[in-house]
Amino acid sequence: MNPILRLEAIRHSYGEHFTLRIPELSILPGEIFAVVGPSGAGKSTLLRILNFLEKPQQGRVYFHERAYTASNLPIALRRRMVAVFQQPLLLNASVWRNVSYGLRVRGSRNGHEAIQQALDDVRLSHLARQPVDRLSGGEAQRVSLARALVLNPEVLFLDEPTANLDPSNVRIIEEIIRKANQARGTTVVLITHNIWQARRLAHRVALLFDGEIIETADVDAFFHRPQDPRTAAFLSGDLIY
Amino acid sequence: MEIFLNGLRQALALIFSLDPNLLEIVRLSLEVSGLALVISAAMGLPAGLFLGLKHFRGKRFIVALVYTGMGLPPVVVGLTIYLLLSRQGPLGNLGWLFTPRAMIVTQSILALPLIVGFTMTSIAAIPSDLIMQLRSLGATRRQVVFTLLYEARTGVFAALVAGFGAIISEVGSVLIVGGNIEHKTRVLTTAIVLETRKGNFSLAMALGIILLAITFTANWLLLHLQGRLDPRHQ
Repeated sequence: MNPILRLEAIRHSYGEHFTLRIPELSILPGEIFAVVGPSGAGKSTLLRILNFLEKPQQGRVYFHERAYTASNLPIALRRRMVAVFQQPLLLNASVWRNVSYGLRVRGSRNGHEAIQQALDDVRLSHLARQPVDRLSGGEAQRVSLARALVLNPEVLFLDEPTANLDPSNVRIIEEIIRKANQARGTTVVLITHNIWQARRLAHRVALLFDGEIIETADVDAFFHRPQDPRTAAFLSGDLIY
Repeated sequence: MEIFLNGLRQALALIFSLDPNLLEIVRLSLEVSGLALVISAAMGLPAGLFLGLKHFRGKRFIVALVYTGMGLPPVVVGLTIYLLLSRQGPLGNLGWLFTPRAMIVTQSILALPLIVGFTMTSIAAIPSDLIMQLRSLGATRRQVVFTLLYEARTGVFAALVAGFGAIISEVGSVLIVGGNIEHKTRVLTTAIVLETRKGNFSLAMALGIILLAITFTANWLLLHLQGRLDPRHQ
C-alpha cells in the first residue's frame, strides 16, 4: 500500500539547539497514526510539516507520492487535508458560521445538511446560533472538530485535541475521531502526549523524542513489545527529559 | 445660550427649507471627506494589515512614524500640500490648488495614519496561529486576508470612524489648500469660520449643528453596520 504522506530526509532547526531529524516516515491511508512524546519533542512542528503549513529547511514531503512544499501545494490538494489544533482558534462568530467556514471558502452553498450532521456528530446542534465566546473549552474544541469534519477531509491532523479537557469531552472527541476513521476512512495523524489516548485510538504509534523518531510500531507491539529502551522507559514513566 | 438656541432654530429652518447653498456645501463636504476616507482606507487597511502581521527590521521606526502621524497638525499638512501644489511647487503643474482635489489629498493624508494605526493594533491582537488554522481549513491567501479583516472588524470600524471624524470636522488644511471659495471649495467647516468672522454667529452655530448631525449619522450608520456583523445578530 502506497503511503498517503511521506517524509524523506527531513531536517528542521528552530530555537538555539533544537533540530527535527526524520530520515523517513510514512502515513498509510485509512490509519490512525499517533505521535507521542514529551513536550518540546517537536511533535507540533512535525504536524505542521506534514500538513504543508511549514516548509522544512531540508528534505521532502510527499502527498500521494508527489513531493510538494508549503508554497507550491495546489489549493485543491491542500483542501483534502485539515488540521485541528490544541487551541480551537475559532472565529468571532456563531457556531454555525465557524462550522461553515471551510465550505464557504470552497464556494460551496449547499452545505446545510453537512453542517447540521457535523453539529449532530459533536452533539452541539442546540448551540448552532450561539456566539462562540459563550462556549466552554470542551464545546469550543468540539466546534473546531466539527469545522474540520464537515469538510470530509482525506487526512485529519489533530494536535493535542483533548489537552486540558474534562473526561466527558475527551470521550466524545475520541468517539468522533474513531467514527470519522471507521465510517469515512479518514486518515488521522494524532499528536498527543497522552499515551493512553494513543493506545485507545491509534493503529500505529511513533515515539518522538528530542526531534528524532525513536520507534514506530503497531499499537500492540508499541505498548507490549517496545524495541527501544527509551520507548519502554517513556511508557513506564521513567524517561527523564 | 441664546445664540445656541437661535442656531438650533436656524439649523432646522435651513434643513427643512432645503436651502440650495447649504445643500451645495453639505454635498461638497461629504464628497471631499467621503472620497478622502475611501482613498485612505484603500491604502491604510492593507498597510495596517501588513504592519499588524509582519515582523521585519525597522518596523518599530515605521510604527513610531504612524503613531506620530495620528497626531499630525492639519495646518502643517495643509501648508506642505500648499507648497507642493503652488505654482512654483514641484506639483504646481497639476493645477489642483484651491480645488476639491487638493482638499481630498490633505484629508486623505490626515486620515491615513489613523486608519493604519487602528487597523494595525486590531490585527496584531488576533492570535497569529489563526492564519495557520485558516490556511489549513482551505482558505486562499486572499480569503485569509479578508477573514482577518473581518475578525478585526471592531478595530477596523473604529479606524474608519476615527478617520472620518477627524477629516469631516477639520478646518485648518482645507482652508489653506481649498481657499473657501464659494460654489467651489466651501465646505461646512470653512463656512463656519467665514460666518463667525462675519459675526453671523447663529448661522455659524447652525452650520456647526448640521456638521455634528452629519458626523453623528455617519457614525451611527457605521455602528449599525458593525452591529449587523456581530455574532449575536447572526
